[in-house]
Amino acid sequence: MPRLLSRLPLVFAVLAACCAGPARAAELTVSAAASLTNALREIAPLFEAEHPGTRLQLNFGASGALLQQIAKGAPADVLASADQETMDRAQQQGLVAAARRRNFASNALVVVVPAGAAVVPRVLGDLAQPAYARIAIGLPASVPVGRYTKAALEAAGLWTAIEPRMVGAHNVRQALDYVARAEVEAGFVYATDAALMPGTVKLAFTVPTTQPLRYPAAPLNGAPNPAGAQRFVDFLLAPKAQAVLARHGFGRP
Amino acid sequence: MEAAWVALSLTLKVAGLATALNLVLGVAVGHAMAHRRFPGRDLLDALLTLPMVMPPTVLGYYLLVLIGSRGPLGAWLLEHFGVRLIFTWQAAVIAAAVVSFPLVFKAARAAFETVEPQLEDAARTLGIGEWALFCRVSLPLAWRGILAGLLLSFARAMGEFGATLMVAGSIAGKTQTLSIAVYEAVQAGQDDTANFLVAVTSIVCIAVLLGAGRLLPGRVAARA
Repeated sequence: MPRLLSRLPLVFAVLAACCAGPARAAELTVSAAASLTNALREIAPLFEAEHPGTRLQLNFGASGALLQQIAKGAPADVLASADQETMDRAQQQGLVAAARRRNFASNALVVVVPAGAAVVPRVLGDLAQPAYARIAIGLPASVPVGRYTKAALEAAGLWTAIEPRMVGAHNVRQALDYVARAEVEAGFVYATDAALMPGTVKLAFTVPTTQPLRYPAAPLNGAPNPAGAQRFVDFLLAPKAQAVLARHGFGRP
Repeated sequence: MEAAWVALSLTLKVAGLATALNLVLGVAVGHAMAHRRFPGRDLLDALLTLPMVMPPTVLGYYLLVLIGSRGPLGAWLLEHFGVRLIFTWQAAVIAAAVVSFPLVFKAARAAFETVEPQLEDAARTLGIGEWALFCRVSLPLAWRGILAGLLLSFARAMGEFGATLMVAGSIAGKTQTLSIAVYEAVQAGQDDTANFLVAVTSIVCIAVLLGAGRLLPGRVAARA
C-alpha cells in the first residue's frame, strides 16, 4: 500500500499532462431540433474540417425543451429549431437577436403507420375512424411537430375528435419510435423522419399545412463562442451543408 | 391546475395499486426467504433486489421488450385476450410495482427474521396450523417493519418516471403521472404548473417518510 501511495503523485502528473494536451480546441455547442440529428451529424465534420481548431458539440432534443435549457442558462452557442414559434419565444426572452436569425431548411408533415399495418389512412379524415385507437403526436406545448399537427387538425376541424386518442411524444423521434414498435396505429412525423426506418415504418400520406415548415437557426446572445456561433449559422446556409440537408430530405429554406 | 389534480389522483391510484400488489407479493416472498434455506437463496435475493439498483430506463426497456405488442408476453396477451398493455395505466402500475418491489420484499424479510423462532415454535406446540401461525403470530410481530417498507415503496412508486414513461407513455388523464407532468411542464416553460406539481409531490413524499420513520423497528426498540 505505501508503494502505491508514493506512486500517486506520478499518476496525477501523467493524468494532468494528458488532460492539458495540445492547445485546447475551441468548443461550439449547437442545440438542434431532434429531426436534424442525422443531417447535423454529417455536417459537423464538414464544419470542423473547414474551421480547424473548433470542436462541435451537438445537443439534440425537442425545440421547446432546448429553449428551456437555454432560458435557464445552458451555455449553448447556436439554436436551430424546427419551427418559427420556438425562435420567436427565444427572441421575446432576449435570447437571440432578430437580425441574426436565418431560415436554413424546410420540411413537410407526414402521417406514418407501422410497416405491417392492415389499414392505411389516405387523408386526415381517415384518422377519426375507430380503427386508429392510438395516434402518436408530439406534445404541442414543447414539440414543433406537435404544434404543426394540432394546427393542421384544427384547420380540418378534426382536433377534438383525434385529441382523445393522442399518445404524447416528447420529441419527433419518440413519435417515430412508437410507430416503429407498432404500439400506435399512426403517428405524425416529418417527411425526413419517415424515411429513416424503412423496415418498420411506412409513409401513409403528406399532410397539407396552412404554413410552410421552415427551420430557423440563430447564434445565441449569451454564447460562450460568439464568433464560432456566427460562422456555424453561415455554414448552414453554404452549399456544402445545404447539399447534406437536401440529401436527408429537407427542402430549401 | 385542473390537469395537476388529474395527474395527482392518477399518481395516487397507480402508486396505491402498485403498493397493494407489492404487499401481497413482497410479504409472501419475504416470508418464504426468511424461513427457508436452499442453495442459491442469496442469488435469488440479489435478483429480486435488482430492480432497486438498476437504472429505471433499463428496467423500462426490459418491460417494453417483454410486454410490448411484439414481445413474448405482450404478443401472447394480444392474441389470447386482445389486451394491449403499452400506453395503459395498468402498464404504469406494473412499472411502479416492479421498481418498488425490492423495498417491500427486503423490509418484509428483515421483519420476519427478527421474529423470535421460539415464539413460533411455542405456537406450534399449542397446535396452531401454519396459515394461522402466519396470520396470528408472525405477521402481527413483523407488521411494523413491513409497513415501513410499504410506505417507502409507495413513495418510490409515486416518483417512478423512467420505466413508466417507456411503457405507459404520456396520455393526459390516463398515464400522465406527477413526475411526467413535472417533466413536461418544465419542457414547455410552464414554471407555475411545475412549481405547483413539485410542491404537491414533495409534501406527500415528506409525509410518507415521516410516517415510515415512526414505524421502523429502531424506534420500537428505543421505546421498549
